[in-house]
Amino acid sequence: MNFSNQNLWFLFTLGDTEIYITETILATWIVMAVLILFAVFVRLRLRSFKRVPTGFQNIIETLIEMMQGFVKDNLDEDMERHGGFFFGLFVFILTSNYSGMFGLRPPTSDLATTGALAMMVFVMIHGMGIARQKGKYIKSYIEPAFLFLPINIIGELAKPLSLAFRLFGNILSGVIIATMIYNMLPIVFRFLLPDVAHVYFDILVGALQAYVFTVLSMTFVMQKSTDIFS
Amino acid sequence: MDPKAFVLGLSALSAGICTLSGLGSGYGQGLAAGQAAEAVGRQPEARGAIMSTMLIGCALAETCSIYGMIVALILLMANPFMVFFN
Repeated sequence: MNFSNQNLWFLFTLGDTEIYITETILATWIVMAVLILFAVFVRLRLRSFKRVPTGFQNIIETLIEMMQGFVKDNLDEDMERHGGFFFGLFVFILTSNYSGMFGLRPPTSDLATTGALAMMVFVMIHGMGIARQKGKYIKSYIEPAFLFLPINIIGELAKPLSLAFRLFGNILSGVIIATMIYNMLPIVFRFLLPDVAHVYFDILVGALQAYVFTVLSMTFVMQKSTDIFS
Repeated sequence: MDPKAFVLGLSALSAGICTLSGLGSGYGQGLAAGQAAEAVGRQPEARGAIMSTMLIGCALAETCSIYGMIVALILLMANPFMVFFN
């Protein structure tokens, strides 16, 4: 029974470390290919869209309206143009979590992927904070008193860490439990019985964690870019 | 006794103890869900807002037990205490 990240193809050595194409990289490429192909397909169909939507156009417009409502609920007016970033995060995490159902190892069950996503959110939080708050951004570290400076800095560093670990832990636990169930059952029963675990760990937890990651990153960005003490 | 076996056994035992971190977050999530059910019963039209707030709160409460799980996984998979024998 093995549920760690497997090395697939050897690439080259860098100093003493050997660089491999791992399962995570392959799964990320497949997820990226699916998303990019879908985007290109929608872009090509965009020319034949009409004023009154029918069929395929309905689905796309529903998706875009969902995204705009989602962004409007959590961000303020100025930030609405950054909705695409958060929607991209949401779609990528959701597709990665669901890729576990197609026999891939979900890219989000690797700490490197979730860490990269959390670093992006970290840059977004502080970039938007500096751009919108300017002097008040530095002042927000010594609120309510100067004594709170180390606590505030630790709090800022803990945000991306907890975002990364939450997503990683939830998806990895699903992967481990699914692997254990598959190894426990004889081959004859492997077709129907593990579906229960997939419904819970991939469909329910996957969607919930994608939602939670996006909404929490929106909340963190808003928290740092608006003055909560005024 | 072989000291390696002793360290490995205690690592497995402590990984089991790490899962006790689920106690607190389970209690907290149950509390949040109960309060949310009460709130929906009192004001059924605010169901969507209550649900999304509860889900965010539950996910935040879950973080501590996820930390416990990660420590347990490190103890089981990476065997950090075996470096003293090389």
